[in-house]
Parts: sequence; structure tokens; C-alpha cells
Amino acid sequence: MAGPRTLFDKIWDAHLVDQQADGTCLIYIDRHLVHEVTSPQAFEGLRQTGRRVRRPEATLAVPDHNVPTTDRSQGIAEDQSRIQIETLQQNCRDFGVPLFDVTDIRQGIVHIIGPEQGFTLPGMTIVCGDSHTSTHGAFGALAFGIGTSEVEHVLATQTLYQTRPRNMRITVSGELPFGVTAKDVILAIIGTIGTGGGTGYVIEYAGEVIRGLSMAGRMTICNMSIEAGARAGLIAPDEVTFDYIKGRPMAPKGGAFEQAVQMWRQLPSDEGARYEKEVTLAAAEIEPQVTWGTSPQDVVPITGRVPRPEAEADPNRRSAMERSLDYMGLEPGLPMTEIRIDKVFVGSCTNGRIEDLRAAAKVISGKRVAPHVQAMVVPGSGLVKHQAEEEGLDRIFIEAGFEWREAGCSMCLGMNPDQLKPGERCASTSNRNFEGRQGKGGRTHLVSPAMAAAAAVAGHIADVRKFV
Amino acid sequence: MQPFTKLTGIAAPLPMINVDTDKIIPAKWLKTIKRTGLGVALFETLRYADDGSERPEFVLNRAPYRSASILIAGDNFGCGSSREHAPWALLDFGIRCVIAPSFADIFHNNCFKNGILPVVLPKEQVDLLTREATEAGDPTFTIDLERQEIVRPTGNAVLKFAVDPHKKHCLLHGLDDIGQTMQRQSMIDGFEAKQRLAAPWLYREVA
Ligand code: SF4
Repeated sequence: MAGPRTLFDKIWDAHLVDQQADGTCLIYIDRHLVHEVTSPQAFEGLRQTGRRVRRPEATLAVPDHNVPTTDRSQGIAEDQSRIQIETLQQNCRDFGVPLFDVTDIRQGIVHIIGPEQGFTLPGMTIVCGDSHTSTHGAFGALAFGIGTSEVEHVLATQTLYQTRPRNMRITVSGELPFGVTAKDVILAIIGTIGTGGGTGYVIEYAGEVIRGLSMAGRMTICNMSIEAGARAGLIAPDEVTFDYIKGRPMAPKGGAFEQAVQMWRQLPSDEGARYEKEVTLAAAEIEPQVTWGTSPQDVVPITGRVPRPEAEADPNRRSAMERSLDYMGLEPGLPMTEIRIDKVFVGSCTNGRIEDLRAAAKVISGKRVAPHVQAMVVPGSGLVKHQAEEEGLDRIFIEAGFEWREAGCSMCLGMNPDQLKPGERCASTSNRNFEGRQGKGGRTHLVSPAMAAAAAVAGHIADVRKFV
Repeated sequence: MQPFTKLTGIAAPLPMINVDTDKIIPAKWLKTIKRTGLGVALFETLRYADDGSERPEFVLNRAPYRSASILIAGDNFGCGSSREHAPWALLDFGIRCVIAPSFADIFHNNCFKNGILPVVLPKEQVDLLTREATEAGDPTFTIDLERQEIVRPTGNAVLKFAVDPHKKHCLLHGLDDIGQTMQRQSMIDGFEAKQRLAAPWLYREVA
């Protein structure tokens, strides 16, 4: 019937339960991830209306945002955090939702554990009350963040009302230069299209560079789609995807796996499929990136300088830049490599996977964290932590002067005790440099794990290419 | 949900771009397990100095905007996280309508679920309204959802706006989405039966 379709079109069409005359679609949701911060009011809503969870077995809950990253076998000291986590535990018991609890080795950041367990699979629709649900798009799944009212809607009905987003393709062609990683690619993309550049779209990432990335790199890319305003990010599944999935605890096994792969092979966009918007980046022109401001689009190559607001023509943007620079305590024209830092954070759903830890460890190995810098590694999950310890990465970090923590969101958003103090400056592998994101008055520079490690050693923002 | 039909109230200008959800409500306020009581923390860092006193220059700390029910904002309002605490905080403060040249998707959706109307207008029109809200002696506007019109304090021509018909319908009648979807149960059952045949691995126990 219809002509060539995109990966997005195929997943969307396959999940349409109903389409109303005005274009509103009711779509089916295959998997639902739940965490402690955005779910209490949703479960409360179910209770008040006497509704149940339609498919508890398609739902998976984990506490991640509030958990302390120090020893928690003795419970959680902070009252409100503890209450929120206890509320999640109670809700999971009452509604029969599977839970990876605080001391379970499988506990971790919701967007790390889904893929790790094989809960995330190609062709699925996946939601979570969390904007970085876009991460799961790396598997060729349509995955997006929702609000708490929608969490309740999915719990009760396993569906959502949506208007069909538009297709955008971003092609990264050529070959990545030395020292440039997936994090640099996505920061460069956001710098190019802006934080509103993807609004209303689902972005499909394509091109040799994307094809050549590991699943970890692909997840880093899709993770930050939301920072470009996109509804979701997508990457076509291929052998790299299938190899990653095979043997994961919740993935299909044996004949079912073969059958699934057969279907997944049909997912990539058809030749000649139409995109409403196309953007192309040449990999050769991408350098390691670092942000200077308070929006992820405020990004420059490491060889660059803090920009000058006078050069900005649009008055709204100019005043936003001035405000950012004031908040960040930076002088226009300063070379990025001269920015002195106080903290380093390696972790988050963007860069808390084993590959990220390996990349940071490689830079730090045999070196020392600068004396004035406090650096910490927070693995994305208990299993990532375990794997890193098997590989001896914990020793490398600890010997270099890093703190080695338990899994969680941690300083990515500072809901637990890991926070920046006012005025403190951090090289962070997380995804948001908003004002106050990592703690009130804290100043965030977004970088890749290797760049964060280089900054830890140098004591200032540094070019990782000079360290390896 | 409280229906939204016609709103008459003070409009506060906040011409900042990329007002993110951390700015609307910082993460430390997300530890609540309730939807209410967040109004005090709305725009916390813009509104209060470090010692907790009000920043007199911030628009919502000034008369008559202190009692605003409409906000006129800049591009990409509500970007960042999916936290529904952002619209909850706006609502708790008394804001029922936000006008901006563009909104972040999830925030935009979340507004409708809470009886808040987000209105997208071309930038020139938003600039115009920002000026009027700043300069008018009485910056009272009327937002008429039924007619999709904004009535301005200057008495100048009304501005028309577009809105998704399904969302408009729900807002006008204060409808609960879930209730409506529950009536489509048999369609969902039918979908599941078909999908179970095509992709049985989606239906195995997953945990
Ligand atoms: S690591 Fe950060 S961005 Fe990711 S889910 Fe946790 S708080 Fe959100």
C-alpha cells in the first residue's frame, strides 16, 4: 500500500490502536519503566479511581534519582528521599509491578538497566516518566519521556494519546577523528540545530559514524535527543544491536530470539523514505566538545573560546548569553582550556556505562587527580559497577584519587547528597548544564568521559588529545 | 481536572528564552509525593535571593503581576525534564495559561493534562503581547478557548490561536483521558491479541 516508510513510520504504524478523525492517535505501549520521582502521584491516581495496572509484567520499576551513592545497606538518611523510595516499594507491592530494589545488584539508572536487562528491544514502544527515555531509541525502539498524568494513563491502559511527530534524519558522515566520541558528536549536533531544533520531530541518526558506534555510543547519542527538543531519537537496529541483546536476562531466547531478529531486520527505513527535515554533519569537522553556558546548545570545540555576546545579533539570545556568562562566572574570549574546575563527575544515563568508565580509566591510568579537584565515578548500575571491579577499573580510579560510588543518578541532578556548592565548577559527563542543575549555584561544563578524566588530571578544562 | 473555558486575568511578561524545567521548579522540590503545594517554589531561583527574600525585580514579585494567571514567555519554554511538577507549580501559583513562540513537547503535553492552556503564537505577536503586558496600566487579558481568541487590554484586534482539537475538547470539558480510554478497552484487547500472535516474545514474563 503506502510507499517507502521510515523506521519511525514502521514502529508507529505497528502500534496504532485507534486514530480519531482529528488525527489524535491512541498508541500501544510495549514497555513502561518507572522510577520513584515521577510515579507516586500516578499510583495515587489509580488508587483513588480503583484502577489496576493493566500489564504489570510489561512494567519495571527502579529507584535511581534519590538514592545515595554511599553505602545504603543501613537505609536512607534523608527523610523525603526515603519516603519517596518507600512509596515506590509499597506501590510495586500493591500493584504487582516488578522492582529492582535499592540493594539489588541490578539496581541502577532506569535508562541503563532497561537495555542491560534486555527489557529494551527493537521495534518496541517504550515510555518512562523521564525525558531521557530517548536513550532506548538506540535499539530502534520508539522511546520517549512522559509526564506523571501519562504515567498513570499507561499504567491503567497500556496506551497513550499522541499526535504523530514528524521525521527528521541527521546523518553523520565520514570517520570520527582521533579523540572524538559519541558525546562530542551529539553535543556538536545540538550546537548545530539548537535546543529547539528537534521540537516536534523524532530524529533518526544515520551515516557511517553512527553505524560504527557501539551500543553504548548509540545510547549516548539518543539519550541527548531530548536536549535538542526532539520527541525521541532512533537508530536502525543491526548486527551490533542483535549481538548486544542476545543472552540478556529479559531478551527472547532460542527460537523466539531468531524469530524476533527476523522481524527486527525489517525495521530499518526503506530506500527513498521521506524525512521532513534533513541535517548532515561531517565527522571530520567535529572536535572534542565542551559547553560554556547554561544550555546544552552553548557548546564550542575544546580549541575554542568563551563566546562574545556582542557578536550575537538577536537581542533575546544576547541577553540569554549575558545571563549565562554571568551565572557561569566566565569572561568572553577566555580559551576554554583555561577554565579551572573544582569537581569532576563521571556517570549518568548519558555516560555511566562500562564503556564510558573504560574510556575515563584509560586517560586517568597511572596519573593523579589535580590536588584541588574532587572527582567521582558513579556507575550507571550495580552491574556496571560489578563489571568495572572485575576489570580492575575501580583500582585505577581510586589510585588516581577518584571516589568510587554506588549506582544512581547522583550529581547529574543533585537530588541526593551529591551536589555542587554555589560557585563550584564541574566537568561533568551528564546531559544538562541548566542553572542549578547539579546543585544551587553550581556551574556545569558538559564533556565526554575521556574529557572529564583529562580535566580531572589537569585541574582545568583540557584537550583529551594531549593526554593519550 | 478543572475545565478551561474562558480566562480573564493579569498577564505577566517573562521574555526569557529556554526557560527550563529546573528553572520552573528545581529538583529538590521533586521529592514530594503530592501534586499540590509547589506554588511557593515556582521559579525559585529567579524569585528569591539566597537569603530567601523576594527579588524585587522579578516580575511575579511586582504588582499587579503577583496575581497573574497568564504568563507570556520566550522561545522553547519548559525545555528539559518531563517533571509534571512544572505545570503543578504553575497551577498552584495560579497560572492557567502560558503564551510563547514555542514550547518543549513534554511540558506542552503536561499542561493540557492539568487544565493549563499553552498557546503558541508567532514571535512577533508574542513580542507585541509582551509589550502590552509590560506597558498597559491594567494588563488584563482574556483567553477564550472556545473561540480560540486573545482579547487584549489595549482593545486592539483580538489575536487568533490554533489548538489541537482533541486537547481543546478535553480542556473545555475537564475530561479525564483515562476514563475515555477505558471505554476503548475492547480495541486494546484486540490489539494485544493480534500483537501476541505476531510477536509472542513481547508477552513472556519479563521480570
Ligand atoms: S542520570 Fe540524570 S538525566 Fe539520567 S535519568 Fe538520572 S537524573 Fe535523569
